[in-house]
Amino acid sequence: MDWTLWLELVIKALVLIFALLGGFAYLTWYERRLLARFQSRLGPNRAGPFGLLQPIADAVKLIFKEELTPAKAYKLVFFLAPIMTLVPSVIIAAVIPWGPPFQLGDRIVTQSIADINVGVLFLMSIASIAVYGIVLAGWSSNNKYAMLGGLRSAAQMISYELTLGLAFVVAILLGNSMNLTDIVEAQRDGRWFVLVQPVGALILWIATLAEVNRHPFDMPEAEQELTAGYHTEYSGMKFALFFMAEYQKMIVVSAILATLFFGGYLGPWVDRWPLLGPVYMFLKIVILLFIMIWVRATWPRIRYDRLMAFGWKVLLPLALAVVMITAVGILLAEINPWMIWLIPIFSLIAGAFASLMIDRSLRRKAYA
Amino acid sequence: MSPELILFLVLSLVAIAAAIGMLISPNPVYSALFLVINFSTVAVFYLILGAPFIAMAQITIYAGAIMVLFLFVIMLLGAEKLAPGKVLPYQKPLAIGLAIVLMVESVYAVLARNPSDAEIIVPTEAANSIDAMRDLGIMLFSDYLLPFEVTSILLLVAMIGAIVLTKRAKGEQE
Amino acid sequence: MIPLSWYLILSAALFSIGLFGVMARRNAIAILLGIELMFNAVNINLVAFWRYLDPTIMNGQVFAIIVFAVAAAEVAVGLALVISVYRNRKTVVVDDLDLLKW
Repeated sequence: MDWTLWLELVIKALVLIFALLGGFAYLTWYERRLLARFQSRLGPNRAGPFGLLQPIADAVKLIFKEELTPAKAYKLVFFLAPIMTLVPSVIIAAVIPWGPPFQLGDRIVTQSIADINVGVLFLMSIASIAVYGIVLAGWSSNNKYAMLGGLRSAAQMISYELTLGLAFVVAILLGNSMNLTDIVEAQRDGRWFVLVQPVGALILWIATLAEVNRHPFDMPEAEQELTAGYHTEYSGMKFALFFMAEYQKMIVVSAILATLFFGGYLGPWVDRWPLLGPVYMFLKIVILLFIMIWVRATWPRIRYDRLMAFGWKVLLPLALAVVMITAVGILLAEINPWMIWLIPIFSLIAGAFASLMIDRSLRRKAYA
Repeated sequence: MSPELILFLVLSLVAIAAAIGMLISPNPVYSALFLVINFSTVAVFYLILGAPFIAMAQITIYAGAIMVLFLFVIMLLGAEKLAPGKVLPYQKPLAIGLAIVLMVESVYAVLARNPSDAEIIVPTEAANSIDAMRDLGIMLFSDYLLPFEVTSILLLVAMIGAIVLTKRAKGEQE
Repeated sequence: MIPLSWYLILSAALFSIGLFGVMARRNAIAILLGIELMFNAVNINLVAFWRYLDPTIMNGQVFAIIVFAVAAAEVAVGLALVISVYRNRKTVVVDDLDLLKW
């Protein structure tokens, strides 16, 4: 490897990390302003124009807070847990393509850090180890609330991981590759996979909401039941790391959803100006984040047993059915290209059936 | 020494140190965490060997599912706080002896028939591409169809077994 | 290129450590951890042989995948047994499970 390649990798990695950090800071501002709008308030608007300096004020406050460590905590793990939560949320972004490759001087620069052929599997494996930080934070705090939060999150994340994997399989089948760039390129000419497989996109979206512990699946940190969940005992910068991880995960899962089902970096004129790719990604991510915050402002949290029942009894069978329908549809499309549109029809029927069943079972249990 | 060799040596040291750490740490949670480190290094070995699919499956299944399950059960039972039972006097020396015998025997078996480097087929770049994964899938569903299906039945049986073993009868409490 | 025998020696070392864990530990969960380590050692062997013998034939990787599935099944049932035993006897130390012995 020559040194220019190393330089390119280092620059790309630094840009990505700083983009994620800046994204985290301004996502908190975005969320607070939006939530305020949903609730007919103003939100933070004092620090700087439109409150734009608010994240900096928050950071300064968190840095100067006293760091408490519980006397009976398992010190080493207690110290490592925030780091173990943050790291996966950053490195998972390494395989996401942010734009088409472009020419710089006499070399071709790809707009992803690692364009590996098992990209989707990489996403899956990093998503599956993200649970460690939360579980260990809960355990090492030696606090019942934190422990319960950690255990809940372990159960929840393991359960929804299966659905997440099956939703990835749908994208792999449609893109005929595990490489994320290939999957994006397969969605050219406006054939976004969300049009071919809307139910698959919805399943992936729900599963990612559960994976990043966002409303309405924010069970691990349900304030009313568990004080603050797994990070009850954390304060100061250690708490800030958990906070950072949660918001970076929101950004990253939105990027994954955009890449797999919403055409990734594709958009008008992206081939002529490859640097438009990150702009399109940014817009798609902002829209998906808006929906996430909208959901938080609208829906109440689901009860824990219903959350698990929903994951295992509704989402997982539905995801299996959707994978099956997609595979059959792709085979039929080899006979006649128009048959590909049987996939959305049949999967929408399956989705409607699933929601009908939920409705019926909720009606039956209305007294419970 | 090539960088690959240095990487191999460092990773083997980490893997063996983590395995020994798993053995000697009294707290099962730390044991499990050491094993996670070991599994991650093994995944890197698979990457060096040019099997990215196996490497990612290793991380997803072992580190992501199996070890999380272990941690879950350890924390659920509070097993890290249980007092150790009485120690059999002869157990540990016997175990060390048997493990060392096995180690020496297998190393001898490997070295006694040390293949010359000429016998080694250096795989082409094609082995690392997506086609290798496609071949893997085709092989799983053609030559190894019966073992594959048997494995799926095994998983089903394990799932049912786990549910039946841990299910409480209705109304039964602690 | 790393000699094949190095992988085999590493795998033998890990297998022996795992075996020691199974024989010497008394906590049922630690015994299961040792078994997992042994599974892994076997998998290193399988993948190393795949790579060094004939990489165009995927047998080694196929077997490694089957080992993954078997390991997952074993852990699920094993941990369920541990939980079930703990509920009845309030212990996970295997020496204390001597109800059938007198």
